[in-house]
Amino acid sequence: MSDSLSKLEKRTAYTLVLPAVLLVFAIVLFPIFANVWISFKDIELKDIRIPEPRAKKIVESISENQSELKIIYKLRNSSLIQEIKNVQFQDKFPTNVSPVNLDPRCNFQTKKVICNFGNWQAKYRENFEITIQNYNGEKIDKRIIRSQKPILSGKADNPLLTTNFTLENFKKVFYENNFVELLLTTFYFTFFGTVGAIIFGILAAQLVNQNIQGRTYMRGILLFPYVGPVVALAYTWTLLLDPNSGTLNALLVNFNIIEQPINLLGQKYITMSILGFEFKLRLALTTVIFFEIWRYFPLAFLFILARLQAIPQTLYEAADVDGASPIQKFIHITLPQITAIISILFMIRFIWNFNKFEDIFLLTGGASGTRTLPINVYQQGFAVSDIGMGSAVSMVIVMLLLSFMVIYFRLIGKRANEV
Amino acid sequence: MKYKSLAIFLIISSFFLTCILSIWKIMATLQGLSFTNLNVTPVFLIGIFLSLAFVLIGNKINHLIKIFSLSFIFSILYFYLNETSPYWYIFGVFLITLFFTNKLKKYSMQSLKEDFISEKIIFDFITLFGIVFFAFVILFPFYIMLVTSFKTQIALLVNPLDFSLDFTKNLTELFKSYFVIFETYNFGRYILISSAVSIGTVIVTLLFAIPAAYAVARLNFFGKNFLSTSILIIYMFPAIVLVIPLYTVFSQLGLRNSIFGLLIVYTATTLPVAIYMLQGYFKSIPKEIEDAGIMDGQNWFGIILKIIIPLSLPAIASVSLYVFMIAWNEFLFSLMFLDSPKSFTLSRAIQYLSGDAETPRQYLMAGSVIVTLPVLFIFIYFEKYLVSGLTAGSVKE
Repeated sequence: MSDSLSKLEKRTAYTLVLPAVLLVFAIVLFPIFANVWISFKDIELKDIRIPEPRAKKIVESISENQSELKIIYKLRNSSLIQEIKNVQFQDKFPTNVSPVNLDPRCNFQTKKVICNFGNWQAKYRENFEITIQNYNGEKIDKRIIRSQKPILSGKADNPLLTTNFTLENFKKVFYENNFVELLLTTFYFTFFGTVGAIIFGILAAQLVNQNIQGRTYMRGILLFPYVGPVVALAYTWTLLLDPNSGTLNALLVNFNIIEQPINLLGQKYITMSILGFEFKLRLALTTVIFFEIWRYFPLAFLFILARLQAIPQTLYEAADVDGASPIQKFIHITLPQITAIISILFMIRFIWNFNKFEDIFLLTGGASGTRTLPINVYQQGFAVSDIGMGSAVSMVIVMLLLSFMVIYFRLIGKRANEV
Repeated sequence: MKYKSLAIFLIISSFFLTCILSIWKIMATLQGLSFTNLNVTPVFLIGIFLSLAFVLIGNKINHLIKIFSLSFIFSILYFYLNETSPYWYIFGVFLITLFFTNKLKKYSMQSLKEDFISEKIIFDFITLFGIVFFAFVILFPFYIMLVTSFKTQIALLVNPLDFSLDFTKNLTELFKSYFVIFETYNFGRYILISSAVSIGTVIVTLLFAIPAAYAVARLNFFGKNFLSTSILIIYMFPAIVLVIPLYTVFSQLGLRNSIFGLLIVYTATTLPVAIYMLQGYFKSIPKEIEDAGIMDGQNWFGIILKIIIPLSLPAIASVSLYVFMIAWNEFLFSLMFLDSPKSFTLSRAIQYLSGDAETPRQYLMAGSVIVTLPVLFIFIYFEKYLVSGLTAGSVKE
């Protein structure tokens, strides 16, 4: 009895879970495997369209005689690079109509013409004509002829499914792609973006956790950058930072803080001198990192605030009795309570920043030294149209991510469930 | 000891006052006032005198009278020290000083003798300063977005600092950018598409997620633990690595430029989060209630429909809002999959607009306001649900 019940339970469970699992598999897991496949193929954006035979039908009168019509089919191979094999053509006609002088490649069966055009080379074009006649001498309605669309079929190789593989993409990724700089930029962006977001998150959480008026409003406002659409926020910041007529530069120049406007998003390096030491700062990258911090510190803030509010107030009261200073209270009570959540946040944000595409793409498009791995996927795949290469860069991302995750689960995965 | 803490008090408090007054001045500059100097030093100095006067007077006169008279004197001094400024600006200065002196209330010559008073002063003012700073840094871009949409490109190129709005103009003139983007750039259509995709995603996600989350939360089956860990791992996986394979497959299936294709992708990418959030909530529903349902002869479908869903409406609401915001804000897939203006979502449409360097910025910002307002509205209105959902350990952008 209980055995059949548990069987029923299992069957129900699978029925309930299966649709979701299948969907996620098709859209999330399958592409990851497909990526492996594509990354070993020499394939470009233009290759991925499966070539198909196409025909445009034009109907013309031949003479005054309305019982005769000429039909021109503009036939072509949609692909500029691939052959289509064994092209079949079929078009239907009304009753009482038959073709005259039919092309030898075709034959007429009741009410339809079927043609066998053989193989079409790439870029193949032909104007194919059929003259039709109503053998009762009645008028043929052009609209009826026009409304009937010809059906074409043919076989073409899908370049995605062929089995010629190459290591060329990975070679290019590692040797021709400025790989070291790419990796370094990605790590700078990821690391400083993450650390910055967490530091500002701690500050903001510490502030809001004080007994101040309107702290619920404050919490809401602090989350604005996180919930706002990235497109709107990125373009607003681009406008603010614009060197020619951006508000920020105009303000700084107006108050004589700087002499010349600074192109914060378009300048790769800026030379700074602090205490006599001159060094070059990656300006555009730094700006992008600050945008990243601005946009994602709210998440860190929210998590840390939730943790802070769970710290028992008695701990602080006891510290007061012992005569602890505010700094001592922060270091000895608050910090130990939030280290767990900070380590989790660090890993989550690290992984997500590592994959961040939209923010950089919208701010700089990857120019002025802000090219990170995800940006490179887009550039290779869609700007250079080298799908295989883009996939290879994606594979690099996946491999790095997998190693991060292994580290993550080794280090704090177990602790994650406790928090 | 007392003088050290007094000095710290004076410097920190005056520094704070200087900061808020500078922000006020910046805001006033953006209203078209032609200030060219922040006058930090004189403000800082009279700020020190203000704080000093405050603690010296102490309790000798009524607090209200004290702050009003001090703020009044400060404002008059400020007026003479600064470049000519209109009265509304000075009135703002007066209000800020009033707020500031009111914050000083708990300090007196006596309290400056307490233990750790200098640390406490620093903490107090850093808190105040931090709140002003964060609020400013966060709200400022939103403010600029909004006012730019009411200005014109030419006016902004002539004076990039003048964001003052002329309310004497009639409304059609003021909202011109909005009329233009609706009429010329077809934003009405994009709003419809974005709404359809987002609401569709919410519905489909819930249809898939509720049964799956129920199974994960309640039923025993082989592979359950594997499933719940893979949910976590999958939502760590980045959209950028899915883009190329999905693009190629969608191209071949003719799913690009289709709202349906976008809907599938959004659903699949939000499903793990939705399942994760929902199963956590389902677990918290007492099992006895379901047992009662089983006794009544309900099958699993009936239990989900009649017991689980009504009991977990708050969680479902928070998941829905969350998924809606993800779908509404999504940009990467809409960039990759949509290239015909007929099927653009709002985000994609704005990006497309910006691709043309000729597009005046006020149109761009009007579009941005339109895409931002709904999410901010939803967020403010349903903040409680959303925040609890966010902190449930489920985070996805």
